Amino acid sequence: MTYILKGETGDWETVIGLEVHAQVLTKSKLFSGASADFGAAPNSQVSPIDAGMPGMLPVINKECVTKAVLTGLGLNAVINNVSVFERKNYFYPDLPQGYQISQYQHPIVGNGEIEIDLADGTVKVIGIERLHLEQDAGKSLHDQHPQKSYVDLNRSGNPLMEIVSKPDMRSPEEAGAYVTKLRAIVRYLGTCDGNMDEGSMRCDVNVSVRKFGAELGTRCEIKNVNSVRFVQQAIEYEARRQIEVIESGGKIVQETRLFDTKQGTTRSMRSKEDAHDYRYFPDPDLLPLTVANDFIDDIRKTMPELPDAKKHRFIKDFGMSVQDASVLVQEKDRAEYFEKAAEGRDAKLVANWLTTELLGALNKGEKTLRESPVKASQLGALVGLISDNTISGRIAKEVFAEMFVSGKDPGVIVEEKGLKQVTDTGAIEKIVAEVVAENPDKVAEYKGGKDKLFGFFVGSVLKKSGGKANPGIVNDLLKKKLEE
Amino acid sequence: MSIDKNTVTKIARLARIKVTEDEKEVLTKELSSILTMIAELDKVNTDGVEPLTSVVQMQLFEREDVVTDGAIQEKILINAPEQAAGFFVVPKVVE
Repeated sequence: MTYILKGETGDWETVIGLEVHAQVLTKSKLFSGASADFGAAPNSQVSPIDAGMPGMLPVINKECVTKAVLTGLGLNAVINNVSVFERKNYFYPDLPQGYQISQYQHPIVGNGEIEIDLADGTVKVIGIERLHLEQDAGKSLHDQHPQKSYVDLNRSGNPLMEIVSKPDMRSPEEAGAYVTKLRAIVRYLGTCDGNMDEGSMRCDVNVSVRKFGAELGTRCEIKNVNSVRFVQQAIEYEARRQIEVIESGGKIVQETRLFDTKQGTTRSMRSKEDAHDYRYFPDPDLLPLTVANDFIDDIRKTMPELPDAKKHRFIKDFGMSVQDASVLVQEKDRAEYFEKAAEGRDAKLVANWLTTELLGALNKGEKTLRESPVKASQLGALVGLISDNTISGRIAKEVFAEMFVSGKDPGVIVEEKGLKQVTDTGAIEKIVAEVVAENPDKVAEYKGGKDKLFGFFVGSVLKKSGGKANPGIVNDLLKKKLEE
Repeated sequence: MSIDKNTVTKIARLARIKVTEDEKEVLTKELSSILTMIAELDKVNTDGVEPLTSVVQMQLFEREDVVTDGAIQEKILINAPEQAAGFFVVPKVVE
């Protein structure tokens, strides 16, 4: 669906590009042997290299190279055999070197593309401009003291992959779907944990507006937006702001802005005025990084099945809708759970039970799929009981609720509570006869042409059987009986 | 090639180096002459020549992903003019 913002002078289109910083999942830092773990005591994971001590030499972590290449392959991107580390120069207290080692003109990964899945079931391809390796900066705390800032360098030197998209997104929904898909890909690959609330995935959002069909407008960059929801809110606000500025005769200045999560607004970061004058130059401490084709091919062989491939397979093999398949592949755990539960079962039915009942119940209890009291094999068994007519869908919900509490197998619960569906026609015939006998007036009305009453009879029979009568058999027998 | 005083002022600010007006005059001349000399090199035709990154044929050295450093909080903070609770303390940087 086209996202249109109505202004006083007409309809506006929003153009969005994203820069996502994803921390490479490693034990140690990009250029030093200090730990890259999150949450340690301040400055306890800092080597003299990360502290910017003179005379220290950076040595690259092999694992970062492997994982950057693997991620590049996951983004269907070109891997560059030669890439170059450069110094990006700026001053800030949490950057003790005075420069960040990054890649500029020659990144390790070039153009690629990924698919994003939208709510209406459509799929859109978003271009990837590049992926490069760079160091993270330290962390400044501004709220500890009225006149001072506190600096922790534990994050300084952590390995980041900066993944830059093409300006291919046109709505907050598309941007959200892009971040979600990117997160799924790095999680499937195991190259980044994707935890946005711990900061191991962060987004810079580039937003501009234009009249449909016009040239690209001037963009603003919103820094460090740390959840999918905030990305969408920031875009909504920023696009509206830009339209208002332009329509009231103003001009958009290219600048860096901050998103205020409490107010849902963006504001200018004046401190970054000089920020775009980085004076990049090749880092004399580091030779160009070369990755041979053999090395790339070896990594390609270790690639797991990615969300998009899985999605296409689910659609093809199970006749699933794009929406259902997208929901299932969104999380690696979810897809694995589904495949295990669906083994030898009605896959579509399993998908329904997983996405509506189980995920719903887990959400309510704020549990993850890993913590689910209902195991994949048990959910599969439940669906099996429905498929072979042991229980009806209605009874299955009751069984499921019990499973979620006790973790018992569905077969055991059905046995214990005597919930087995009655398929014995004799027993059902008896109930049908009773219901008909108890409602002579309704029977007369039905025979007089009030067809709608049929539902009433079915409901009554099911109720009388404690929900255990097989609805199909009830239908058949009732029809026969009422036509007598 | 020459540069003007405004460029010198800007470079000085970006590098956080304080220079006086007199120094700027001198620096403008000095930097211009350096750049003029470097510009001589631009006359050489380098079409199709790969940039020289090292005078010896060698590859970028890579290390294994193991933790071998860090856990030296005290040493890291020892030169800090001010510290508190394990943090470096600096004048407030306002966003």
